[in-house]
Amino acid sequence: MSKVRVLVGTRKGAFVLSSDGKREKWDVSGPHFAGWEIYHVKGSPADPNRLYASQSTGWFGQLIQRSRDGGKTWEPMDNKFVYEGVPGTHQWYDGTPHPWAFKRVWHLEPSLTDPDTVYAGIEDAALFRTTDGAKSWHELPGLREHGSGPRWQPGAGGMCLHTILLDPSDPNRIFIAISAAGAFRTDDGGKKWKPINQGLRSEHIPDPTAEVGHCVHRLAMHRSRPGVLFMQKHWDVMRSDNAGDSWREVSGNLPTDFGFVIDVHAHEPETIYVVPIKSDSEHFPLEGKLRVYRSRTGGNEWEALTKGLPQSDCYVNVLRDAMAVDSLDSCGIYFGTSGGQVYASADAGDNWAPIVRDLPAVLSVEVQTLQ
Amino acid sequence: MTDAVTPDAAGSNVPTHNATTIRVVLPPHLRTLAHVGSEVNLEVAGRPTPRSVIDAVEARYPMLRGTIRDHVTLERRPFLRFFACEQDLSHDSPDAPLPDAVATGAEPFIILGAIAGG
Repeated sequence: MSKVRVLVGTRKGAFVLSSDGKREKWDVSGPHFAGWEIYHVKGSPADPNRLYASQSTGWFGQLIQRSRDGGKTWEPMDNKFVYEGVPGTHQWYDGTPHPWAFKRVWHLEPSLTDPDTVYAGIEDAALFRTTDGAKSWHELPGLREHGSGPRWQPGAGGMCLHTILLDPSDPNRIFIAISAAGAFRTDDGGKKWKPINQGLRSEHIPDPTAEVGHCVHRLAMHRSRPGVLFMQKHWDVMRSDNAGDSWREVSGNLPTDFGFVIDVHAHEPETIYVVPIKSDSEHFPLEGKLRVYRSRTGGNEWEALTKGLPQSDCYVNVLRDAMAVDSLDSCGIYFGTSGGQVYASADAGDNWAPIVRDLPAVLSVEVQTLQ
Repeated sequence: MTDAVTPDAAGSNVPTHNATTIRVVLPPHLRTLAHVGSEVNLEVAGRPTPRSVIDAVEARYPMLRGTIRDHVTLERRPFLRFFACEQDLSHDSPDAPLPDAVATGAEPFIILGAIAGG
């Protein structure tokens, strides 16, 4: 019997939500690391009981926790993230040079094949990797040093590297995204990187079609078609059919194309999901109605999914790392809100129900499908 | 063990042997992380200073490395303060000698989290 484990990071701790394959009754474990901000928790595809968590606060800085038993027990691991060489400067909000400085780990992406290898996306933006199960971390400096780094600028949430996509068909190809620098790709395992932002248009920057400077909120791919990428940009939902070399807008009939999350159905590579948010100055759903939008055509044509979601007086946000899918036959979709709800749909988004309603503000949601 | 106490060259009453037992009070989150109670006792070689006390904390409890001071700069994290004997020592040199009462174990060295945030 298959099981599902949902890993939830919140402003005040981590929670592990577990269910059988029916996804009707849920066991809630937590808070783990109570009182700490948990930006991300993710399991290794190669060893599902191996979990990694990013734990931080403004008081005590960054910790990395590792579990080897599916989240029952945890051990603190190396938390030293030191840039290679002299990191130099990026742009500050006012355009002046600002020294690169480590703030926190936003995202942990375990290797698809090795439970001891994990990539970490950090603020100020850089990519780190461990190959010894988080006993030590080392930067892949080619990204930060590829040339455009001095022109990168933080978004409102900080200059964070928040998305890491590993290509299942090519271990040397990695996609990452940074707010507000844009998307980047390496084809040689992280030594050299190139911006992949052609086709993006951002009206709020001096050159709307600049090589870098775009506030990319999230990237998503289906593992069967790693050359097809989907993007929720600050404004605009975008699609690339050539591994990011060029993008086209697929916002179509969305009521607003601002948002943070985007994800792909586990079995239908052309079925994608977003949660439209009213605007960059009003981070809540339009008209107080929490609606997931689904496109079965890879974008442009969208339908609102509302059954089981609040359709009045709802003013929560859904942050960039807070949506995930399981891989059961009937694909499950999950997302968490700034109001502390984690909603689940066991039928690809047709019907929704909250697993929990009153957690601290949700920062991230990941799902493991266990056999 | 009872330490012999005599005035040192600076006139302070500190133990004359090479290592002294220092009492350190940790903030609640760090107690949880290190699996300890509110106060820990640590052996510190020589005349104790904030630096040598934190060195001893990190040596005994490696999971606290980076949580009290920055890994690289070794600067105190901005939302933490160091107190002892009703004095704020946060802005003193990390190599300044701690008060006699801390050095003799009569008073603890307190690492305090700022009361801020939500």
